[in-house]
Amino acid sequence: MSQLLQRAWVRLVARVDGPLLLLTLALMATGLATVYSATADSGSRLLAQALNMSVGVAVMWTVAQLPPQKLMRFGVPLYLAGVVLLILVFFFGIKVNGARRWLSLGFTRIQPAEVLKIAVPLMLAWYFHKHEAALKARHYAVACLLLLLPFALIAKQPDLGTAILVGAAGFYVIFFAGLPWRVIFGLLAAGAAAAPFAWTMLHDYQRKRILTLIDPSSDPLGAGYHIIQSTIAIGSGGSFGKGWLEGTQTHLEFIPERHTDFIFAVYAEERGLLGNTVLLLLYLLLIGRGLMIAANASTLFARVLAGSITLSLFTYVFVNVGMVSGILPVVGVPLPYMSYGGTALVTLSVGIGILMSIHTHRMLVRP
Amino acid sequence: MLARQSQLVAPDRELERFRFRVSLAGFAVFAAFALLAARLFHLQVVQHDYYSTRAEDNRISLVPIVPNRGVIVDRNGIVLARNYSAFTLEITPSRVDDLDATIDGLGKLIEILPKDRKRFRRLLEESKTFESLPIRSRLSEEEVARFAANRYLFPGVEVKARLFRHYPEGSVGAHAIGYISRINRRDLEVIEDNEQTNNYKGTDHIGKSGVEQKYEFQLHGETGYEQVEIDAGGRAVRSLSRSAPVQGNNLTLTLDIRLQEMAEKAFGDRRGALVAIEPATGGILALVSVPTFDPNLFIDGIRSDDWDQLNNSPDKPLLNRALNGAYPPGSTFKPFMALAALETGKRTPGQAIADPGFFNFGGHQFRDDKKGGHGMVDMHKSIVVSCDTYYYLLANDMGIDAIARFMGQLGFGQRTGVDIEGESPGVLPSPEWKKRRFRRPEQQKWFAGETISIGIGQGYNSYTPIQLAQATATIANNGIMYRPHLVKYITDSRTGEKTMIEPEPLRVLPWKRQNVEVIKRAMVGVNIAGTSARAFAGAGYTSAGKTGTAQVFSLKGADYKASRVKKELRDHALFIAYAPAEQPKIAVAVLVENGGFGAQSAAPIARMVFDYYLLGKLPKGAAREDDVEGD
Repeated sequence: MSQLLQRAWVRLVARVDGPLLLLTLALMATGLATVYSATADSGSRLLAQALNMSVGVAVMWTVAQLPPQKLMRFGVPLYLAGVVLLILVFFFGIKVNGARRWLSLGFTRIQPAEVLKIAVPLMLAWYFHKHEAALKARHYAVACLLLLLPFALIAKQPDLGTAILVGAAGFYVIFFAGLPWRVIFGLLAAGAAAAPFAWTMLHDYQRKRILTLIDPSSDPLGAGYHIIQSTIAIGSGGSFGKGWLEGTQTHLEFIPERHTDFIFAVYAEERGLLGNTVLLLLYLLLIGRGLMIAANASTLFARVLAGSITLSLFTYVFVNVGMVSGILPVVGVPLPYMSYGGTALVTLSVGIGILMSIHTHRMLVRP
Repeated sequence: MLARQSQLVAPDRELERFRFRVSLAGFAVFAAFALLAARLFHLQVVQHDYYSTRAEDNRISLVPIVPNRGVIVDRNGIVLARNYSAFTLEITPSRVDDLDATIDGLGKLIEILPKDRKRFRRLLEESKTFESLPIRSRLSEEEVARFAANRYLFPGVEVKARLFRHYPEGSVGAHAIGYISRINRRDLEVIEDNEQTNNYKGTDHIGKSGVEQKYEFQLHGETGYEQVEIDAGGRAVRSLSRSAPVQGNNLTLTLDIRLQEMAEKAFGDRRGALVAIEPATGGILALVSVPTFDPNLFIDGIRSDDWDQLNNSPDKPLLNRALNGAYPPGSTFKPFMALAALETGKRTPGQAIADPGFFNFGGHQFRDDKKGGHGMVDMHKSIVVSCDTYYYLLANDMGIDAIARFMGQLGFGQRTGVDIEGESPGVLPSPEWKKRRFRRPEQQKWFAGETISIGIGQGYNSYTPIQLAQATATIANNGIMYRPHLVKYITDSRTGEKTMIEPEPLRVLPWKRQNVEVIKRAMVGVNIAGTSARAFAGAGYTSAGKTGTAQVFSLKGADYKASRVKKELRDHALFIAYAPAEQPKIAVAVLVENGGFGAQSAAPIARMVFDYYLLGKLPKGAAREDDVEGD
C-alpha cells in the first residue's frame, strides 16, 4: 500500500522542477493576498483567483508530463490555428472599447492572441530545430515572417500589450537561435530610423499614452490619471508600506484597474520598498532558474524555447512594473501570478510547465 | 556567408554561443531589474514625503460645519432675529447620474416649482465639488415622510435639517435690523478683505443691511471643520476628526421693538422717518423709516415679483429715510441757532427785536409766516412762536462761518457714525462747502443773502433725521454728545462676556449751563404754549420740542396753501422733542414727508411715542392730523 503511494508520489513529482514550483507558489500566494486586498471593497475575487491558480497548477503539471519531442508536435497546428483565429477576429471579431480582440463562439468569447504567446515560440523553436543542421540566412528571414504575421494581426486589433509580448517571445527564439549580431544591430539602427514613421502609425490613444508618460500631469483626469494615481500609491507606500489592507489609494479606489494590470501599485503601497524587493527577487530567481534550464537543455528546440519563455516572463514583469511605476507607457500587460485573471495564468503556467518538461526530460534525449 | 559559418560551427561551439547569449540575457535582466529597483527606491524613499502628502490630499477632505448665527434681541430681550431648523431636500450632484430625471422623479413626490429648479441650476453653477445643494426648502412633515418612504429610489438625494434665519417681527424695524441673504461676488470681496475667507467656507448667507450687515463678523461665529475620508468618487467614507463650530455672538439692541412698532403704526400710510434716542447713552430706541419691508422675503433669494414691487414703488420702502434721507430742518433749526447766538455772544436772552413781519436784505424781502410780525420778540419768544425775522437778523449778525462752526460741532452735515451702513452726510452750508460743491467760479461764491435763510433752517441746509435726533439729544443732555448706536452690547457666545457699544461720550461741548437752560425753557414753552401745544395738551409729563416745516419747493413769495399744492410737493413736516424736560429719557426727531406743518402731522407722532415710552400708553390708532395753525 505504502509502496503504491510512494510510486504515485514519484509519478506525481517526477516531471516537476522543485525550484520553479516553489517560486511559482510563492508568487501565487503573494498574488492571492494582493488580489484579496485589491478587491476587498468591491466583491472579493479571492476564491475565483484561487480557482484560476488551481487550474494553472494543474495545467503546469500536465504540460510538464509531456516530453519536449511531443511538445514540438504542437508547434505547427497551434500556430496555424492561432493565425486562422486571428484572421477570423480581423473580419468577424467583436469590437469592445474600439478594439477588435474577441471572437464569439456563441456560448463564450475567446481571445486568440493569447494562444500565440505560446504558439509563436513553439513554432519558431520547432522551425529552427528542424533546420538545425544547416541554418541559413533565409531561415532567419522565414522565421521573421512567421513572427511578423501574427504580430501585425494583433497590433492591428489593436492590442499593443499582447503584440509586444508575442513579438518579444518570437524575437527571443530567433535571438537564441543565433541571429548574427550584425543583423541585430542593423535592425536596431533601422528601428531607430523608422521611429518617427512608426509614430505616425500609432493609434491616437497609443500616442497619448506615450506623451502622458513624459508628462502625466498634462492630462490629469484622462490618460495621465492612471499613472499619477499609481505613482502616488507606490511613493506613499514608503520603505515598509502601509500594511496589508491598509492602502488608502487602494481601498478608496484611487488606483484604477487595481486587481488586474495595476495590481503592483496595490502591492507596493501596502508592502513598501521592502515588499517590492522581495517580489522582484522572486521574479529574478524564477527568471534565473529559467535561464539555467535553457543553458542546460539538450536540444536546440528545448534551448531556444526555454530561453524565449523565460525572457517573455521577464518582459511581462518589466513592462508591467515599468508601466505602473511610470517609466514605460501604459500597455495592457498583466503582472505574472499577481494580476487577477484566468487566461494569463493558464498561459504562464503552460510556459512554466514547458520549462519543467524541458528540464526533467533533458537526460532522456541526450544521446 | 551566414550559411557557411553555421555549417562549419560544431555543435559544441554552437552551445557555447547559446550559453554566451543566455548569460548576456541574464545581465540584461539584471540591469533591467536594477533600473526598476532604482525607480522604486526613488518613488518610495527619495520622494516618499511628496507622495505621502499627495495620497493624504487625495483621501482627506475638510468639510466645513457652519456655526449658528448669533441671535438679535431688543433692549427688553424680545427676539428680533433667530434661527430655526427646517428640512430641506438636497441633491449631491456628483452622486447623481441624471439630474433632470432625478428632479422629475422627486417632483412626483414633493412639489417642486419651476423657480426651485431655476434656483437649483443657479446654485449648481456656483457650487463647489462635493456640496449638496437644496432643491426645495422648508419641507412639511408629510413631505419628509413621503420622501423617506421612497428614498431608496433616489441615491444622492437626502433630507437635511438646516438652520434658517427668521425675523419674527417681520417688517417692524427692518431698516435697523436688516436682513441676510445669499453671498454674492461683492460680499466675497468683503469677506476676503476681512481675511475671513476660510471662516466662510460652507456659509452661504451674509448680512446685507442693518445690524445684520454691520455686525456680520460678530454674528457669524467660527466655522468648525470635519476631516472626512473620501474615496475616488468623492463619497465620504468616514469621519476622521472634528472641530466644533463656535456659535456667533448675540446682539442686544438699544431698540425697543414695541416702541418701534407703535411709532411705525403712528405714521399710518404716510412716508417719513423717526429717530428716538436715549440722550444719556446715545442708544437708539426707535429707528423708523416708513414704508418698510419684510426682511424675511430676502433670505432665500427674493422672488423677482417681490423685488420689483419693493424696488419700483414710488414710496421707496427700501430707502432708509432716517439715515439716508436729507431734508432741510426748517424751524427745528432755530433752537440750535439760538444756542449758537448765546454761546458766541451775539445775543443775550433778553435782547429783543421789533418784528415787522419781514426782513429786508440786499433788495430782497425775507418774510415771516405771520403777517405783520410777532411784535417784540426776545429769544424765548422767538422759539415759542417760531419767529423767522429774529433768525434772519441773527443769521446775518453771526455770519455763515460762525454758524457752520457751531453746527458742525453739533454733528450737522457729517455722518453720525451710527452702527449701520448707508448713512448720508447731509449738507452743512458754508463758503468752503460751496467751493467744493460747485465747479463754476460764479457758483462757488457765497452771497451774504444766502446766510439769511440758513438761519431758519432753509436754504442749502440739509440734514438727516438721525443728525437732528442726535443734536436734540445733545441739547437734552446739556452738551454731552454720544454717537447714536443701535447695538447696546455684544454677548460673547463662549464666555458670556458683554461688550458695551459706545459707552463713552463722543465729545462734551463746552456750553454754559445757563445758556442751555434758556433754550430748554423755550422748548418747553413750545410744547406748553407754542406751536405744538395742541399736540401735547394733557400729557402727564413736561416735554420740550420744536416744530418745523421744510419747503419742498419754493413758492417765490406767494402764499402757501397746502390744499392747493399737490401732495408730493407739499412741505415736509418736522418735529424735534425730548421728555421729560427735567430729566430727559427720550429725544426724537420726526419727519413726515409732504406732511405739511410740523405741528400738524409730526408733533402728534412724537406725543404718541413719548406717551408709550414714558407712560406705557398705547394710542387708539394712527396719529390724526390735528388742525393747527402756525409753525
